[in-house]
Amino acid sequence: MSKPIYFDNHATTPVDPRVLEAMLPYFSDNFGNAASRNHAYGWAAEDAVEKSRKQIASLVGANSKEIVFTSGATESNNLALKGVAEMYAEKGNHIITAATEHKAVLDTCKHLEKKGCRITYLPLKGDGLIDLDMLRDSITDKTILISIMYANNEIGVLQPIKEIGKIAKEKGVLFHSDAVQAVGKVPVNVIEDSIDLMSITAHKIYGPKGAGALYVRRKSPRVQLTAQMDGGGHERGMRSGTLNVPGIAGLGAACEIAQKEMPEESVRLRGLRDKLRKTLESNLEEVYINGSMEHRLPNNLNMSFAYVEGESLLMGINDIAVSSGSACTSATLEPSYVLKALGLGDDLAHTSIRFGLGRFNTEEEVDYVAKKMIDVVNKLRELSPLWEMFKDGVDLSKVQWTAH
Amino acid sequence: MAYSDKVVDHYNNPRNVGSLDKSRNDVGTGMVGAPECGDVMKLQIQVNSSTGVIEDAKFKTFGCGSAIASSSLATEWLKGKTVDEAMEIKNTDIVNELTLPPVKIHCSVLAEDAIKAAINDYRTKQGAGVSAETVSH
Repeated sequence: MSKPIYFDNHATTPVDPRVLEAMLPYFSDNFGNAASRNHAYGWAAEDAVEKSRKQIASLVGANSKEIVFTSGATESNNLALKGVAEMYAEKGNHIITAATEHKAVLDTCKHLEKKGCRITYLPLKGDGLIDLDMLRDSITDKTILISIMYANNEIGVLQPIKEIGKIAKEKGVLFHSDAVQAVGKVPVNVIEDSIDLMSITAHKIYGPKGAGALYVRRKSPRVQLTAQMDGGGHERGMRSGTLNVPGIAGLGAACEIAQKEMPEESVRLRGLRDKLRKTLESNLEEVYINGSMEHRLPNNLNMSFAYVEGESLLMGINDIAVSSGSACTSATLEPSYVLKALGLGDDLAHTSIRFGLGRFNTEEEVDYVAKKMIDVVNKLRELSPLWEMFKDGVDLSKVQWTAH
Repeated sequence: MAYSDKVVDHYNNPRNVGSLDKSRNDVGTGMVGAPECGDVMKLQIQVNSSTGVIEDAKFKTFGCGSAIASSSLATEWLKGKTVDEAMEIKNTDIVNELTLPPVKIHCSVLAEDAIKAAINDYRTKQGAGVSAETVSH
């Protein structure tokens, strides 16, 4: 068991050795520019790119011509939202998204607001899911796009994507989904889910950083985008810039492996996740799951350990790599906006830990993490005045705290 | 974020963890911070009322490692000091001793506030002379 144990697979994943293998030739022997149409170096690079396009398309039920390569999901999200807002400006200026989206969507929306767009940020239900009736009611004749993530990066909650897709289709509104956490982890199909634009990234599925894609539907409807990067007109004019061939080869290989191994891998990870959850719940009082357990990625667990502050918890488990929704772990001193959007009090948000399991985690690691968590939570509760008050029967909500 | 060795030491071996009987007249209790802010410190002192010397100090803290270290250090410093001397402890002393980064300075401020609150509570009790139930959170 090598340390620190990596349980932060929503942040990023290690590159699968098979993916690395697929990438290596494109750094050296086949270093060509995929846009070089008149020599063998260019052809070899182009073949790799087209192979990757097919591998990605196959995983998500798309046509390979619908895959636009980008530098990652932040760029894909920017291209989807800004590209649609500009292209469809005559049709309308209203975009609907949700409060728990990734910053790459939320901050892009803020940017678009300054440019004259109107954005609706849907609130979330307590379990982290959006309210479909509220979505339906928010659509106006000015609405051009709905952008709702497939699975949340903090709480792993899966949105009702099929239903959202149906509503969008019925209302003639485009539907974009940031699917970086879901692709390769759960079955995603752009046809069945009626998705028009979808962001994908390699580094969440055991591929390299710096390689991503945007799925852009070509038929019913044919989605058009205003390019956000001007230049050589690569990627059907939607995204100029010399293609990152090794990264793209890696993304394709990662998709092919995910497609093959997902059925087995998701069952295994769900088993490990559930074991972690059960061990923690049966050995610790006052622990709370954040977000729906039913509609959730198989590899995610997000739990609050009441009366124990998240950063001090991370300090105690410094041989385990996880992340916390505590303010202290962020630069902003604000606790997780995702947890707050679920209606979680700041006090519980400060005590949350996100566990993200991945392909290379083992049962032995789960056992170690669970035991360590229990030990550290117990130790810190002995140190916690809140725990003492709770044990003495004090109602903490009635205490007059001194703000600082 | 990397922690200083002293913060890590206090976190791993916190000094003077625990509680004193807050109903006692010679015990002052300070509770500062709020759960929503991610820090709550409870700091208690037990004072020899004839000499004014703090003979015991205890703490419990809900907060990050730096908050735990700040309050643990505060209890170390309080023991053996007179109440008047203890009033002189400044948050900057704690920052320097623990080499806290700018983002953690509020932990030291909270510790200073906790010291002052505990002393004020003790003084109120001494002044009031009788009431043991005036301890406020």
